[in-house]
Amino acid sequence: MTKLTVTELMEIMRECAGEGEGVAAAGDGLPDTTFELLGYDSLALLETAARIERDYGVRLDDDQVTESETPRELLSLVNGAVTEVA
Amino acid sequence: MNHRVVITGIGVVAPDSIGTKRYWELLAAGRPATRRITFFDPSPFRSQVAAECDFDPLREGLSPQQVRRMDRVTQLAVVSARECLDDSGLDREDLDPARTGVVIGSAVGCTMGLEEEYVVVSDGGRKWLVDESYAVPHLFNHYVPSSIAAELAWEVGAEGPVSTVSTGCTSGLDSVGHAVGLIREGSADVMVAGASDAPISPITMACFDAIKATTPRNDEPGRASRPFDRTRNGFVLGEGAAVFVLERLEHARRRGAHIYAEIGGFASRSNAYHMTGLRPDGREMAEAIDAALAQSRLSPSDLDYVNAHGSGTKQNDRHETAAFKRSLGDYAYRVPVSGIKSMIGHSLGAIGSLEIAACALAMEHGVIPPTANLHEPDPECDLDYVPLHARAQPVRAALTVGSGFGGFQSAMVLTRPEVSAA
Amino acid sequence: MTAATVVTGIGVMAPTGMDAGRHWAATVRGDAAIGPITRFDPEPYSSRLAGEIAGFEPGDHLPSRLLPQTDHMTRLALVAADEALADAGVEPSELPEYAVGVVTASTAGGFEFGHRELEKLWSKGPEHVSAYQSFAWFYAVNTGQISIRHGLRGPSGVLVTEQAGGLDSLAQARRQVRGGIPFMIGGGVDGSPCPWGWVAQQSTGRVSTEQEPDRAYRPFHAGATGHVPGEGGALFVLESADGARARGARTVYGEISGYAATFDPPPGTDRPPTLRRAAELALADAGVTAREVDVVFADAAGVPELDAIEADALRALFGPSGVPVTAPKTMTGRLGAGGAALDLATALLAIRHGVIPPTVNVPRPAPEYELDLVSAPRRARLSVALVLARGHGGFNAAMVVRGPR
Repeated sequence: MTKLTVTELMEIMRECAGEGEGVAAAGDGLPDTTFELLGYDSLALLETAARIERDYGVRLDDDQVTESETPRELLSLVNGAVTEVA
Repeated sequence: MNHRVVITGIGVVAPDSIGTKRYWELLAAGRPATRRITFFDPSPFRSQVAAECDFDPLREGLSPQQVRRMDRVTQLAVVSARECLDDSGLDREDLDPARTGVVIGSAVGCTMGLEEEYVVVSDGGRKWLVDESYAVPHLFNHYVPSSIAAELAWEVGAEGPVSTVSTGCTSGLDSVGHAVGLIREGSADVMVAGASDAPISPITMACFDAIKATTPRNDEPGRASRPFDRTRNGFVLGEGAAVFVLERLEHARRRGAHIYAEIGGFASRSNAYHMTGLRPDGREMAEAIDAALAQSRLSPSDLDYVNAHGSGTKQNDRHETAAFKRSLGDYAYRVPVSGIKSMIGHSLGAIGSLEIAACALAMEHGVIPPTANLHEPDPECDLDYVPLHARAQPVRAALTVGSGFGGFQSAMVLTRPEVSAA
Repeated sequence: MTAATVVTGIGVMAPTGMDAGRHWAATVRGDAAIGPITRFDPEPYSSRLAGEIAGFEPGDHLPSRLLPQTDHMTRLALVAADEALADAGVEPSELPEYAVGVVTASTAGGFEFGHRELEKLWSKGPEHVSAYQSFAWFYAVNTGQISIRHGLRGPSGVLVTEQAGGLDSLAQARRQVRGGIPFMIGGGVDGSPCPWGWVAQQSTGRVSTEQEPDRAYRPFHAGATGHVPGEGGALFVLESADGARARGARTVYGEISGYAATFDPPPGTDRPPTLRRAAELALADAGVTAREVDVVFADAAGVPELDAIEADALRALFGPSGVPVTAPKTMTGRLGAGGAALDLATALLAIRHGVIPPTVNVPRPAPEYELDLVSAPRRARLSVALVLARGHGGFNAAMVVRGPR
């Protein structure tokens, strides 16, 4: 199974939770910008995680999802799970 | 104007306890009524426990016609209303319809009936263009939860102000607060007010699953609801109703009614923060508590008991503990605080009224109901939560609070009428 | 304690216009906005007409983050609240922490959102249900979202009394202002534009099955066949007259000077309906006599037996054809919790402009009603208006507004 990229993750977030008000300003630093600064809350993360679980057939740990602070952290969680499935 | 308002009748339908007497026995015994869901097969869901009522509407005196047209939420409310009227000793013939009103709180209204009917008209979710020929004639009553208030008004014979209040999980406090306001301003002499919710259905379980708000502790259903415990991990959904007769103090005294408690003060605030999240500092709830105490002309140290919202989610119990400290100061460490959702679960809009009933009954019996399932205190929740066992102690003034999705924060102070007469 | 409570801001989202100005202009012109349903295929249904808000692009008004988590009617409500606050010149962030509260009326919550999630649950399974379902459909959602968007931390509330709710919520907002809260937002915005909501509304048997827009909703007409549902409503900023004066409020539209709510006896009893008593109590609360009322905005059910009850109440209060009566909701349909709120906005605008807007499609009411039903715009000096509203099941509300003195 292919791994999720930052661009794909942000596209999923946009569909699930809209465009965070800090996304445009984050530029190249986006993967390490906190979700809070990007404008995403815990609901946005839960909605996104549920979508990834369905689309990629993976299981993510609930606490780890809401504790992810940046896109990079969430990606590594997802891609770790994707590897397990593969 | 500003008439003083008292509770003179209580009616309850709660998990494992139909009727006020059995409800109090359950609370005083510290007995959890949570169990694996029996209403439908819960196995596809993350959370599979709930606090269900073993409620047979026919046995409780409703007619087959009423059972057919009323959603369960309305059935619970009507049965509770009948009990509270009987308990109050008010003769329906003596009520002046024009001066009698009804306010019923409900967070999710007729959600069970709506889902059942949806499944029929959509052919199990297959049709977006649902089929009108399968719609039942009373579908509109499920669609608008003012139907709950309407049925109650017919039951009571009320022709004064009638409404449903729906402020999420503070509905059961806000409905009684609203009714008190109507009596105080002179719009009614007697209000039948309370709250009801019957949310244990697949759609409700699914939506709370999606935000991980309900507990996934399915292996120990009786120990699933653990407010203030270090190991708590979500609330347990419940159902039920509590309805009260409220009247002016003079009105109650004139007819020699038994008075359970006076509603000394009520206030609500919003956190304007998040639809489901809580600011950890508890400031808006503290502000509501301060305002309710000020209305009652009481200081924090006058409180003998605090009935907590205590839902058993990580964030709620922390938030609320902070609010108590903020509002009550050092006295927060000395006043007994308990969470009865440990026993009867969280019945959304109904719970606020069930908790008012618990406060009134605590005053009546001089016993503080415990927080069940609290074995491992959370260092972040460091108040006296009355763990496991009820405590015999006179209660002259009690505070009960609620917190709900949408940012609603409400607080109500109940007193023995002789306390505030001073 | 009974210091005057005034309206200083109006926000309208209605089939007749997406702000108060456009709504008023269309309403005075008698420009009806009832037409075939476009939000879903109405072909399978007995009733196929609605009052929809055409051309609403939520992304033009609201941040992208709010869109996935809001139902259509919540978006409408958020835009109306923005307009009301801007119109009042109130910037909540500049006010003390608990200075503004919000109380809205609801009927069925975010029903279209709920319909989609029910479909996902039953066709695909629980893991497909959205995290937003836990609040996007429920009755308290508009109050919650408005409070969050503007940082309103005062007392808030939600009332459900079907079509009477628009007035009941304003009365509750007035109570809070009288109790010392500086500003309250009140009113209602509503709508369930999905097949599931449509079938639920049709189940009353009171939704017209007439297919001609000009004939579908004709209250007080001899050929009345029910009503047409619509979407939208109005929200208001309320404050004390003293407060408005002290801050130099731009516009005082009028005072909410009287209100009462009653409930009808159960069907099948010999006790009389209570709409008339609600109106009498509201007039008494306002301290005005029936003779001082310049215009009545009728509930206008469009169902003969209900029209007769309202006509009886008006005749008893004002005498035969004793007061101009109008029902501009013939242009929008009945808007659930938004309907009476929109009528209140229209009443305040009518007072301001000195014009009674028309009831369309009812050139002559049934003679036995003995109504002076305004069927073409009528110039008049207006000071006091009575607005009536009834909710399914027996709810009655009456509100008296008085122009600025």
